[in-house]
Amino acid sequence: MSDTPLLSTRGLTCRFGGLTAVDRVDFDVRPGQVHAILGPNGAGKSTLINLLSGELRPSEGEIHYRQHPIHGLPAHRVARLGIGRSHQKTNIFPRLSCLENCRLAARIHLGGVIASWRSRATARQVDERAEQALATCLLTHRASTPASAMSYGEQRQLQIAMVLATAPTLMLLDEPLAGMGREETSRVTELLRALRGDYTLVLIEHDMDSVFALAERITVMVDGRILETGTTAAIRGSEKVRDVYLGRHQQEQA
Amino acid sequence: MLHSYPKRVPIIMLALTVLLVFYPLWGPILIGDGSDFFLEKLTLMLILGLFAMSLDLLVGVIGLVSLGHALFFGLAGYTLALASPSYNAASLWWMLPLVMLVSAVSALVIGALVLRTRGIFFIMTTLAFGQMLYYLVSDASFTGGSDGLFIMFKPTLTIGDQTLIDLENPLQFFYFVMGMTLLTYLFLHWLIRSYFGQVLDGIHDNEHRMQALGYATYGYKLAAFVISGVLAGVAGMLAAMQYGFANPAQLGWHLSGEVLMMVILGGMGTLFGPLLGAFAYELLHYAFEHLTVYWQLLMGLTIILIVLVLPKGLAGLILDPPRLGLPRIGVGGLFRTRPAASNKTRLGLAGPQKHEEG
Repeated sequence: MSDTPLLSTRGLTCRFGGLTAVDRVDFDVRPGQVHAILGPNGAGKSTLINLLSGELRPSEGEIHYRQHPIHGLPAHRVARLGIGRSHQKTNIFPRLSCLENCRLAARIHLGGVIASWRSRATARQVDERAEQALATCLLTHRASTPASAMSYGEQRQLQIAMVLATAPTLMLLDEPLAGMGREETSRVTELLRALRGDYTLVLIEHDMDSVFALAERITVMVDGRILETGTTAAIRGSEKVRDVYLGRHQQEQA
Repeated sequence: MLHSYPKRVPIIMLALTVLLVFYPLWGPILIGDGSDFFLEKLTLMLILGLFAMSLDLLVGVIGLVSLGHALFFGLAGYTLALASPSYNAASLWWMLPLVMLVSAVSALVIGALVLRTRGIFFIMTTLAFGQMLYYLVSDASFTGGSDGLFIMFKPTLTIGDQTLIDLENPLQFFYFVMGMTLLTYLFLHWLIRSYFGQVLDGIHDNEHRMQALGYATYGYKLAAFVISGVLAGVAGMLAAMQYGFANPAQLGWHLSGEVLMMVILGGMGTLFGPLLGAFAYELLHYAFEHLTVYWQLLMGLTIILIVLVLPKGLAGLILDPPRLGLPRIGVGGLFRTRPAASNKTRLGLAGPQKHEEG
């Protein structure tokens, strides 16, 4: 495993008025790994992802992707660099079919609208990539179904397919399993497991079983700060984490 | 396909077109002496229909509510008036490209600024630009102040010495305007369904998501703003030709508001809706004007009523007709599920989503 991180942040801080949502975060993502971010609600996980994807501008600190600074770049530029993201809320285009949703995602990474207009070959490439993304996410049979007509779980799958269609290197997934039933959860967990190795994944997730099944490294955040980062086993065994987060989690379940 | 309309839409539109084409046959019989005057009214309705469709690209397709769209409409009229020679007619072959160029450049400059704002601020900045130009042309001497400028001769459309269409002839001008409106409709129809249109639609649904996918949405919005401005300019030029003058009223916020009402009345984002909306608005205007001096009161009430009863405008009436009487029963009726209206019109969209702190 290469030691140079694919993505790293130093002193990353984001303030909303008086609230410091992300506080001096140093965060490294190694290439090819699945890196989960855990933490109670309000810990700043989503804000961190929004900073990484360029949807929020950091108040302070730096983000480097492949050793290049990307803090301050707008979201669409970050996306073009190969950092794809999905949102916590289902965020698909309801009137488009599944395939068209994926085409829309693929097209901008294959020269945009004008390239698809000018070259049939490019348009075909867009199709192929979109179809591939659907196949990976087990949605081929739904290609021509309008996104609005699918079940919630399928829509979440489509959202992952759209990120895949952008052919990213790094995927930022904000609660990909949120609100899913048990069967859907295990299906999408399997899907994400299949992506392991081909993509670098950063994922926020509350489903502990899935996190422990998928992640190789885990970062635990509390109150905007990183409490601890380590391998899955190390985090599982950490007293500190157990006190602050896992303990609370288990109490809630009890 | 993004918006596949039921077959009745093109059928109804075609029927109305045929009706208009044959106006010279039925007009004099039905209307009698006033038929020449009504022909000019119809010409104006077609022009306003073109204008409304150009605004629909912003309001209905992208969701950008502009209250300054008349700026491009009026500016085109002034361009025509100022560029026309005083004592003979200009050629449409260079006048039309000139008007389109002026509209495009002004839309590019204004769009580049106003598109940096959103929501209510977009409405206010478009209004501000419109009013700036309004007061400029109302006060400047080279634009004839509040009187405006006269256009003595309509541009000519000739090949060599042969007049292709005599634009001074009201009937031929009517057909010419109809052709331009039809072309605009076909162009926008194609544009909305193209890859470009899909991006605009995506921006309407969820601009954040489009950016997260990698789309530089600002550029797409600007391109659409320019296209919309150019088409509004074409409409404005035709209107100035029809009136025979360019006047500050052609670029005031009053007209911007009226065209917005035509779009809403007709059904936002449906393209054929705003075209119908322009006709409906003008016909109502015409009817109420003859009824009472307080016609604006009636007009306002009617529009409120229509918007209440038909939230999707006239287009909604065609796309999702109200069912009268008993529902149809039969084998076909059993298996035919009525498609949800929200798939066809632009309502029921997911609004811009906020990122929640998790």
